[in-house]
Amino acid sequence: MATTTHDTPEPSRRDFLTIATIATGAVGVGSLAWPFIDQMEPDASALALSSIEVDISQIQPGQIVTVKWRGKPVFIRNRTDKEMAELKNTPPGDMKDPQPDSARVKKGHENLLVVVGVCTHLGCIPLGHSGSFDGWFCPCHGSVYDASGRIRKGPAPLNLAVPEYAFLNDKTIKIG
Amino acid sequence: MTSLSKGAALVRQAVLAAGLILVAGSTWATAAEEAYEPAITKQLWSFAGPFGKFDKAQLQRGYKVYKEVCSNCHSMKFVSFRNLSQAGGPGFTEEQVKALAATVKVQDGPNDNGEMFERPGKASDRFPSPFANPEAAKAANNGAVPPDMSLLAKARSAEKSIYTWPINWLLQYQEYGPDYIYSLLNHYGPEDSKVCETGYYNTAYLGSRPCFAMPKPISDGQVTYDDGSKETVEQYSRDVSAFLMWAAEPKLEERKETGFKVIIFLIVFASLLYFTKRKIWANVAH
Amino acid sequence: MSGHSTYVPGTAFERWLEKRLPIISLVHDSFVSFPTPKNLNYFWTFGAILSAMLGWQILTGMVLAMHYAANDAVAFASVEHIMRDVNYGWLLRYGHANGASFFFIAVYIHIFRGLYFGSYKEPREVLWILGMIIFLLMMATGFMGYVLPWGQMSFWGATVITNLFSAIPLVGSSIVTWLWGGFSVGDPTLNRFFSLHYLLPFMIAGVVILHVWALHVVGQNNPAGIEPKSTEDTVPFTPYATSKDVFATVVFFVIFAWFIFYVPNYTGDPDNYIEANPLATPAHIEPEWYFLPFYAILRSIPDKLGGVLCMFGAIAVLFVLPWLDTSKVRSATYRPLYRQFFWILVIVSVGLGWLGAQPPEGGYVIASRLFTAYYFIHFLVILPLLGLIETPKPLPTSISEAVLAKNGHQPAHT
Repeated sequence: MATTTHDTPEPSRRDFLTIATIATGAVGVGSLAWPFIDQMEPDASALALSSIEVDISQIQPGQIVTVKWRGKPVFIRNRTDKEMAELKNTPPGDMKDPQPDSARVKKGHENLLVVVGVCTHLGCIPLGHSGSFDGWFCPCHGSVYDASGRIRKGPAPLNLAVPEYAFLNDKTIKIG
Repeated sequence: MTSLSKGAALVRQAVLAAGLILVAGSTWATAAEEAYEPAITKQLWSFAGPFGKFDKAQLQRGYKVYKEVCSNCHSMKFVSFRNLSQAGGPGFTEEQVKALAATVKVQDGPNDNGEMFERPGKASDRFPSPFANPEAAKAANNGAVPPDMSLLAKARSAEKSIYTWPINWLLQYQEYGPDYIYSLLNHYGPEDSKVCETGYYNTAYLGSRPCFAMPKPISDGQVTYDDGSKETVEQYSRDVSAFLMWAAEPKLEERKETGFKVIIFLIVFASLLYFTKRKIWANVAH
Repeated sequence: MSGHSTYVPGTAFERWLEKRLPIISLVHDSFVSFPTPKNLNYFWTFGAILSAMLGWQILTGMVLAMHYAANDAVAFASVEHIMRDVNYGWLLRYGHANGASFFFIAVYIHIFRGLYFGSYKEPREVLWILGMIIFLLMMATGFMGYVLPWGQMSFWGATVITNLFSAIPLVGSSIVTWLWGGFSVGDPTLNRFFSLHYLLPFMIAGVVILHVWALHVVGQNNPAGIEPKSTEDTVPFTPYATSKDVFATVVFFVIFAWFIFYVPNYTGDPDNYIEANPLATPAHIEPEWYFLPFYAILRSIPDKLGGVLCMFGAIAVLFVLPWLDTSKVRSATYRPLYRQFFWILVIVSVGLGWLGAQPPEGGYVIASRLFTAYYFIHFLVILPLLGLIETPKPLPTSISEAVLAKNGHQPAHT
């Protein structure tokens, strides 16, 4: 080949110039990759719709209302006094994801539970007022949650998530 | 040798003839059109050029003109209130945007009873449209639909000249839209002009005749400015043209800033590659 | 791919793989040790530039398709959604739209380089024809891509171009209805165009592989237009050609970036920022710049079928070019007469492009007809005759000798 006849410099020699060029190229390719990755993140219009306001004044004791938030169901449950008493009498100590009920509600609105209605196992929607703890029961793989949305039996590792929300007044909550 | 030079001479004559025909043809064609030449003047815009940025105060004034005047007939359906506070825009605060949005009524629903209802606007809402559909817009405006303004500044071109077109990419001339809108608003003729049977006399209108479907939309003093800027048609049209450019191209500042970095990087990289290539080829005659 | 491989598997794994799938030696022989004429100039870097552009278009197109909706009710709005809301959507969309223009700039330079240096001549006829197939696929892809934003130019461009097929006698209008999937350009048309616009680039990539394969069988042409005689005349593809190709590609991307970031709407038409309206044609419709020469040829013929035939004929004539050119000498460097006619062809082609953007009236029509006539005369009359009457300059005996002559007989250090 011509390399031998022309006495050219050894092409694989890694001198400073070659290293600088290759490094610059690597930086370029890396920077170029970013827009292609970032474009898959939620876009500006999705982010603008990331919070909703819900009127809770019409939710009767014992009733579960499902609202859609960020494409997922959120369960809002107005719990009865009986359910509240039962929860109070259950120490969370031996639960899989121990958490007292009081840590899952807002002070002064203890009867109102707001949880993301997505099973923490593999993302199915649990059924309300079902299962042996009168909470939720996930039909996919049999996870059982209590009336506080805590995992009590089955494969799910965590309690139903409590979204970020706040009471705007006694009648309205803002989720997100 | 002789046949060669003869051939070459023949070729040169052919080129010359073709060129002459072309020039003659084009002058003939332009002569026929020369009856009406729209008066469109290029303006200096803060957002032109490689480091161009929108003037936030100007965009805010332009928004005011749009809201109080243009939006009575023109929709702007791709722009949301939230855009008014995003980077590279008019620079309203999020609180101001919420307040602005809350001034409009938006139809939402259906609610739990299956009924549509009206609620105050939110930042995520689009600008409201003045007419329910194009047919209603047409009926209310003498049969001409006022175009949507979201992309108006990119959807109008005044630049057709064969002499400037080949270098405009180098000069970065992309402001033909605002130039045209500005010129249109400033070139309404005397109102008693008898030139137009339909439409309104406007010597900047890009068409075969200087007759524009939109009546003169704004006059001096119509919109109140809080920042002491002149309340003249000239100033209004300058501000609203800038606002329309932003509405059509809200990522303009981000685009130009990124572009500068990218091009500098590519030039540095190309230089390094050039020296690498030269080194590799140093001992090969080529 | 020709001759014995110089690849020596270094590691045990490479030896293992080589026996089962000799892919490393294939890449090595094609892109590392492949003997490249040492006198290639920068016009030979456009092959690499075109590969980069194809990759760029597929990459940006793939991510745009994640956000675009091919439905006539929302297509225009989905493009605006990309421009306004999607992270870096403006960059991806402007990069893709301007990418089409730069793809065509590169392919036209590549084609005219082939014309100047006689790269279509024996034994490179198949290589040339494969290139022409790529060019046709590019035009189909570019046209269908332009329809997708569903602006006024998209809609009316689609209407005009699909109507070309109505010129076919007897079955023309049935074919057009079939293409549309309706009685006018509409939602079914948009959907199928999107599907094909996504498919065709992969067909292009397939033909590119054949094109590169054919190139490696016959070897590269070069500015002297003579075959390499010895290893003195060639250098290994890597690092010589690769370093030059990468450098040229990055320079090309500097200009490309200028367009994306500073004049992104320069090659586009303002009318395409108006949503498609089937009831109103824009006052002045014209295709994207890269179709303008063919559009000028179409309009110059005052007969519908004749115009369509001439337009397709303008491309068809390129397919048979290897047999129209009777000269045995490849490079225009040694063809004094052909060289002049080549430059006239360049002027005529650019002229046709300019005429395609002018209104079809008066002197423009006359000029279009003359230029169209000349275009065909060049290929059908001048090229066959030229080989018979032209006296070529004496050819160098080898590429090395041509290099010496170019460098003024000095052992050069450049």
